[in-house]
Amino acid sequence: MTVAPPDRDETAMIESILAGDTEQYHELIRPHERNVYKMALSLMKNEADAEDVAQEAFIKAFRKLADFRGQARFSTWLISITLNEARGRLRRQATARTESLDRSPEEGSTISPAMLRDWREIPSDAVERGEIREMLQMAIGNLAPLYREVFLLRDVEDFSIEETAVALAITTSNVKVRLHRARMMMQKELAPKLKQATPKRRWFPWS
Amino acid sequence: MVLECRHVWDYISGYLDHSLSPEIKAMVQEHLEHCEICSAILDSTRNILVLTADDRVFELPVGFSERLHARLDEEIKGPPEGQEVDEAEPEQR
Repeated sequence: MTVAPPDRDETAMIESILAGDTEQYHELIRPHERNVYKMALSLMKNEADAEDVAQEAFIKAFRKLADFRGQARFSTWLISITLNEARGRLRRQATARTESLDRSPEEGSTISPAMLRDWREIPSDAVERGEIREMLQMAIGNLAPLYREVFLLRDVEDFSIEETAVALAITTSNVKVRLHRARMMMQKELAPKLKQATPKRRWFPWS
Repeated sequence: MVLECRHVWDYISGYLDHSLSPEIKAMVQEHLEHCEICSAILDSTRNILVLTADDRVFELPVGFSERLHARLDEEIKGPPEGQEVDEAEPEQR
């Protein structure tokens, strides 16, 4: 959730790029590189594809810049382009493997969360640990695409419910249902593992 | 009306998004005050969302920015035909 510095006037930057100062595009996208890559990586699940998708998304956004009318945030618009780019590539890969992406796994059933008697807050510095990062990436990657997309837009890229609905061309109530399921799946998958990976106290083995 | 745990679970996402109606929210809160299991489920879910949103979870590959801007240069200026190509700007870290 990197936020562009508040003094950046992206609308003005876009106007001057469209007016011919194309070099400014480099500056325009700089604060968004990480978010676009993060989205691409979570969808593609491998670094090489993710980098390709991210590059393509930035190039498409440049070509289509005149279509950006400021009706959305520039970041939101970019992420939507990234999503479509990744979807297209996944679809081509899936066709090659004759596998369907659009399978919606048991959409009706309730997901029971992992039961815990207590929860000790895991400090955000824990993500400095490679093991924890891997756990989080894997849990996101393991969500079915249907849920992963909603989860990424809303909870990782910080889209609103409405923005998520627009980006995915689904209703807001659909977003809420999928989001709920995605979050519960994440809790179910991660809570026990995180709890184990971050024990409340390290006992000395000889004590 | 008293909510059972199973029903509270259905509202966790809405509770975190502050999108529950006042009546439901009050019932969920009432339940949470007495149920340590549901409280732990709520807390862990919230904690997990904070962790997954953390920028440090996904690192940019080394050289990502340089490769991206070099490719954009080609797109913006057309292919370099022996003329000087601007150096990629230094990485801001």
